[in-house]
Amino acid sequence: MNIVVCVKQVPDTATERKLNAKDNTLDRDAADGVINELCEYAVEEALKIKEAHGGEVTVLTMGPGKATDTIRKALAMGADKAVHLVDDALHGSDALSTSYALAQTLRKIGFDLVVLGSESTDARTGVLAAMLAERLGVPQLTLAGKVDIDGSAIAIQRVTDYGFDKVEASLPAVVSVVEKINEPRYPSFKGIMAAKKKPVETLGIADAEIEAAQVGLGGAWSEVVEFAVAPPRAAGTIVKDEGDGGSKAAEFLASKKFI
Amino acid sequence: MAEILVLVEHIDGEVKKVTLELLTLARSLGSASAVWAGPGYSESARARLAEYGADKIYVAGSEEIVDYVVAPKAELLAQLVASASPAAVLVAATAEGKEVAGRLAIKTDSGVITDAVGLGDGFVAEQSIFGGGVNVRARAVKGTPIVAVRPNSTAPEASAGAGAEEQVTVALSDAAKGARVVERVKQEKGARPELTEAAIVVSGGRGVGSAENFAVIEKLADALGAAVGASRAATDAGWYPHQFQVGQTGKTVSPQLYIAAGISGAIQHRAGMQTAKTIIAINKDSEAPIFELADFGVVGDLHQIVPQLTEEVEKRK
Ligand SMILES: Cc1cc2nc3c(=O)[nH]c(=O)nc-3n(C[C@H](O)[C@H](O)[C@H](O)COP(=O)(O)OP(=O)(O)OC[C@H]3O[C@@H](n4cnc5c(N)ncnc54)[C@H](O)[C@@H]3O)c2cc1C
Repeated sequence: MNIVVCVKQVPDTATERKLNAKDNTLDRDAADGVINELCEYAVEEALKIKEAHGGEVTVLTMGPGKATDTIRKALAMGADKAVHLVDDALHGSDALSTSYALAQTLRKIGFDLVVLGSESTDARTGVLAAMLAERLGVPQLTLAGKVDIDGSAIAIQRVTDYGFDKVEASLPAVVSVVEKINEPRYPSFKGIMAAKKKPVETLGIADAEIEAAQVGLGGAWSEVVEFAVAPPRAAGTIVKDEGDGGSKAAEFLASKKFI
Repeated sequence: MAEILVLVEHIDGEVKKVTLELLTLARSLGSASAVWAGPGYSESARARLAEYGADKIYVAGSEEIVDYVVAPKAELLAQLVASASPAAVLVAATAEGKEVAGRLAIKTDSGVITDAVGLGDGFVAEQSIFGGGVNVRARAVKGTPIVAVRPNSTAPEASAGAGAEEQVTVALSDAAKGARVVERVKQEKGARPELTEAAIVVSGGRGVGSAENFAVIEKLADALGAAVGASRAATDAGWYPHQFQVGQTGKTVSPQLYIAAGISGAIQHRAGMQTAKTIIAINKDSEAPIFELADFGVVGDLHQIVPQLTEEVEKRK
């Protein structure tokens, strides 16, 4: 089975993240780039599927040159090879442009199964997997808490507010997985060494037949009009519990008409 | 007045609160039209939607719409965008609502804004990003603006609309029938409100200490009619189910009141609750970062403070 797992490099959530005042896009130099944590669950699930059903796992990343660190991490976990879609023309792409660029690349490299994390910790739109399914015209199996494959049949448990939906489809398909579907493995020393020798193919937009007019800041379907650092919340009242902390909190609630 | 479509969120035939919020918001920008997808529509649902200002109600009651994942709802809305040429489409920024918005954006060649916490003239949306650290104003620049609005962004206000009903049939494409829902498994959720919709959320973290001790959190939540949330430390430990996790990789909530007990306030937790209107923190460490956000904080042992608070709330009912 030809499994492609889409991973994204994001600014570390533990560092201060910024937008760039020049063009209102993410300031990728302001924070350390790390693999989006939710993508690790996608890589792990792809590897488990390969281990059970055979095939090959290809990592697909769209991002600037320094995203190779993220690709190496996924390769060190055990993926076989990688495709890095990198082009200055892609800078500033929104979700629609990104889904278009990735869909074109997926068409080019081929797939039986595409696996993604449920969202990225920077943009947090949570729409990419659904958009890829729409663009590629294949079943959308998103927010999976469990994935089962039997030949060309695939079934997932789609996490919902009330529990989950059992969903069935046939391959090819797009799957997104939720946090805690599995326990992502740590790359072993051997894995890290092996990753250095695994093939990473670099594609530009022309290679993937991506039209420049549909990507980047100019091609985006939406724009950031302005942004500002959020004003700090006004300092609150902090009391020490002297045996009456609960009552004091209740008084506060009453003063705000919550009770 | 320009028509604005609002996709109705409903469960067991009941209209969810977030839809009433979206109708209120739509009314401030144009004429609100509700779109009901799937079975369960009734006269009482019609009355409710009209009460909150729906001038029109499009009803696509076919079972097929909910038999497949997300795509049929996007096809229904795309059909209505083509026939009614609305000024904008609003959906709730739930996991599924955002997916509908995403597919609709592609079908209609339109821009989409997710997780709006406000919406104003020109359909410029307000968003709060990077864990609440940055406020952004963004808008769609192509097609029909599609905006996914977070629950609790607007207070729902009743104001009667005409409530004219229009039946809609949609012929689903084969592509929309790719992922079939074969069973819906409803897990016990009791009488508590849904986490993302709740006006009040009481969350517990590592300081709660064990799964059994979460009863302390639940009791306070029940006294306040609140939903229960948890930090990742608590869900990782298996003390509370993952679907209740609040934060960067869990649910995002914007309730009127958020009570954090035994939660340190890591940036990844704040990402999910920083837009709450009022925040109360209970933590034994006076240096815990959660106090930086708190409107009211109590430094002390939650096992003493929370039960006392619960008792006081019960008394004042
Ligand atoms: C990529 C990424 C994503 C993440 N996503 C999330 C997320 O979605 N949600 C989330 O919550 N976290 C998330 N985290 C984890 C986050 O960084 C913190 O580790 C987590 O929020 C800590 O949970 P906590 O506050 O309950 O535990 P701790 O940080 O251990 O804090 C426990 C607090 O309880 C207090 N306490 C202990 N005992 C008592 C008592 N008896 N009475 C009162 N107070 C007491 C302590 O003083 C302490 O402040 C994420 C991390 C990463 C790297």
